[in-house]
Amino acid sequence: MSVDQKMDSGRRQLLVATSAAGGVAAVATAVPFVASLTPSERAKAAGAPVEANISKLAPGEMMTVEWRGKPVWILRRTPEMLASLDKTDTIVSDPESAKQMQPEYAKNKSRSIKPEYLVAVGICTHLGCSPSDKFKMGAESGMGEDWHGGFLCPCHGSKFDLSGRVFKSMPAPDNLEVPPHKYLSDTTILIGDDSKA
Amino acid sequence: MTINVIKTLKRLAAAALFAPTLALASGAVLHLDKAPVSKDPAALQAGAKTFVNYCMNCHNASFVRYNTLTQIGLTEQEIRDNLMFTGERIGDLMKVAASTKEQKAWFGVTPPDLTLIARQRASEFGSGADWLYTYLRQFYRDPNRPTGWNNKVFENVGMPHVLWELQGEQVAKVTEHEGVKAIELELAKPGKLSAQDYDKTVADLVSFLVWMGEPVAEKRKTIGVVVLIFLAGLFALSFALKKNYWKDVH
Amino acid sequence: MTTKSQQLLNWVDERFPLTSTWKEHLSEYYAPKNFNFWYFFGSLALLVLVIQILTGIFLVMHYKPDASVNASGIPVAFASVEYIMREVPGGWLIRYLHSTGASAFFIVVYLHMFRGLLYGSYRKPRELIWIFGTLIFLALMAEAFMGYLLPWGQMSFWGAQVIVNLFSAIPVIGPDLSLVIRGDFVVSDATLNRFFSFHVIAVPLVLIGLVLAHIVALHEVGSNNPDGVEIKKKKDANGIPLDGIPFHPYYTVKDIVGVVGFLIFFTAIVFFAPEGGGYFLEYNNFIPADPLKTPPHIAPVWYFTPFYSILRAVTYPLFGLDAKFWGVVAMGASVVIIAFLPWLDRSPVKSIRYKGGLYKGILAVFVVAFFILGYLGVLPPTPGRTLVAQICSVIYFAFFLAMPWYSKIDKCKPEPDRVTFK
Repeated sequence: MSVDQKMDSGRRQLLVATSAAGGVAAVATAVPFVASLTPSERAKAAGAPVEANISKLAPGEMMTVEWRGKPVWILRRTPEMLASLDKTDTIVSDPESAKQMQPEYAKNKSRSIKPEYLVAVGICTHLGCSPSDKFKMGAESGMGEDWHGGFLCPCHGSKFDLSGRVFKSMPAPDNLEVPPHKYLSDTTILIGDDSKA
Repeated sequence: MTINVIKTLKRLAAAALFAPTLALASGAVLHLDKAPVSKDPAALQAGAKTFVNYCMNCHNASFVRYNTLTQIGLTEQEIRDNLMFTGERIGDLMKVAASTKEQKAWFGVTPPDLTLIARQRASEFGSGADWLYTYLRQFYRDPNRPTGWNNKVFENVGMPHVLWELQGEQVAKVTEHEGVKAIELELAKPGKLSAQDYDKTVADLVSFLVWMGEPVAEKRKTIGVVVLIFLAGLFALSFALKKNYWKDVH
Repeated sequence: MTTKSQQLLNWVDERFPLTSTWKEHLSEYYAPKNFNFWYFFGSLALLVLVIQILTGIFLVMHYKPDASVNASGIPVAFASVEYIMREVPGGWLIRYLHSTGASAFFIVVYLHMFRGLLYGSYRKPRELIWIFGTLIFLALMAEAFMGYLLPWGQMSFWGAQVIVNLFSAIPVIGPDLSLVIRGDFVVSDATLNRFFSFHVIAVPLVLIGLVLAHIVALHEVGSNNPDGVEIKKKKDANGIPLDGIPFHPYYTVKDIVGVVGFLIFFTAIVFFAPEGGGYFLEYNNFIPADPLKTPPHIAPVWYFTPFYSILRAVTYPLFGLDAKFWGVVAMGASVVIIAFLPWLDRSPVKSIRYKGGLYKGILAVFVVAFFILGYLGVLPPTPGRTLVAQICSVIYFAFFLAMPWYSKIDKCKPEPDRVTFK
């Protein structure tokens, strides 16, 4: 420790300055290495917005498109299905969609731009399984007398209504995510891009 | 005796020093014109257009995505409207419609990918850009070739002169001087462009090919300047620190 | 130092030799105080090793050792390198650091070896340090050679093809040996995969082990210095060499200056001339490997060229074995002979400072011959060049083989008792 004792103030200042500059150099060096762990241009291109043609989708039917490797559901709801949302209002945990699981324009009861079409990421907010559809209502569904139609996650039994709202006391904490999307025409939806250009 | 040995060794060393100059004096020499490579976005964009309209009928640029062209100042909309076929996405690679297998069946060979052509063609005779700039301006009519075209820098080239409508047709005047064959080119039939405009078109195309070979090149140099300035400062600091510590050493 | 951290240190020290190792190898490792410029290259070699390992780890995350062609008709391995250069954020920088690092490694190591030659660092009692060093150099050549195949460009492919075929020159087992190395009848996907495996794990493990052994052996006997006198012969009352100073802090702060100075040159190349004029990244290697078409002129990367020249210089068959075999022998011998230096040098002094004109002259000729060999190695052979290469090869070997003779008759000056330091 003889060196420490001889440490004059000039040496201390130099030591601090050099160490600080060396620290800056180390952090700057880490930048490209950390950056290389983030998605590449190829991954971004693969994650580009996808167009979905909904012209052949009949009322009550659902189609699935792949966006960023994830299933995105487009459900064309019948008036009956939309009516069911009033009934589930009291049994879902976030009826007003208060949590940020959807873009601002889908923050409504039907969680959609046009109430007829639900666009949602088909991934359970619990641990990432894809829920299965249980659209039939009542006992016929096998989900019990008071089932109003919705989704059931096969992994841990989380239930969602036809707006993707999660039921109370379920493993899943949040409603299903609504991805950014927009209508390019009456029959085409662009998923992954909602810019108003 | 030792002195003699040293003398001999010195002579040997001198001989060895001059040996490479002797050794070098052989082999064919390629005369290339210096390419006026530009970094101007307008030139690069013009080059991109020529590339897509002429080269990309047969050649891929399969390491480049269309949206990379935003780096030379184009907007995505401009790229979609002017440079892409319908049905392609902005993030797609710049590839021709035909597969490499089909091309092999049609041409007998697959036209090489051009992404890296400017880096591949560099040699001791000049940069890759110089080679390309010379090559694209030195096609001439040759009835002995299946394509009807030959080239002064790339003898018996497989590719026809794709830009002939722009340049016109050149013919070769072969002269023999002391056993050395020399080819001189003459414009026999002018094309749509004047010689000057054609050179400019080729220069823009070559500039684009250089950019495409390494799109990050300009950014790399910019970062390099910052890094070097920083290291110079760090050098001064660490040198002062070393001096301070070493004043104790006697 | 607070008591808390002192307690923690004590706790560790009772279980692990932390403080004692620190003292033995840094704060109480006494190095001669008269190190000059040449003594930077040891720590710089270590720095480059770290750069190569670190960048290598990140490159492996994106690189694919696959010789099959993708949908665009490009070999997957080649395409994955361009993918790193273009599509991985920061990937171009990591790759250029690695490719420039390969050349920097050899520059630094050649200078480090030349330092040993100048000051007799290989002499007793440092023979083992020198032998470990030679092994490191060999491992480094293997590492660089196999790494160069990975981009799967034309030079990668044909360079590997030529070098692997060298092994077939060995009598009896040769043809089978080169088959085993390639795992195929030509350099192929099998070769690429095994070279990848060797390059990223096998050889680096050996390299790190050898570097450790190199440093442990050095710290056992202590460092040599530009005067070539043993500082351990003159010690003070505490047993500390009179001309020794603690490595830390004195040489740590000095080596930091060396590191920053090196980084200035290194980053200048990485950012402004990563191709190194076609020597660090060869132009033909931007063309994907094509097993059906050899480029008109293939040359190894610059750091192999002196030894490659020696290989090509051998053009005479001997004892019923063809020239190709003797070329391989000469190339192998030209590297292995370096390990025997400790026993070839019979000079009464270690350092060039006290050696006579004879040795200095011969060393100068040797260096010139080595450079010429390196230069000729990148050119295609002609009869004239081959003759020059033959002369230089003879000089190369004569430097070593005649050393027992000329180092003895050289008129040396007397060594001082203590190191010179101003």
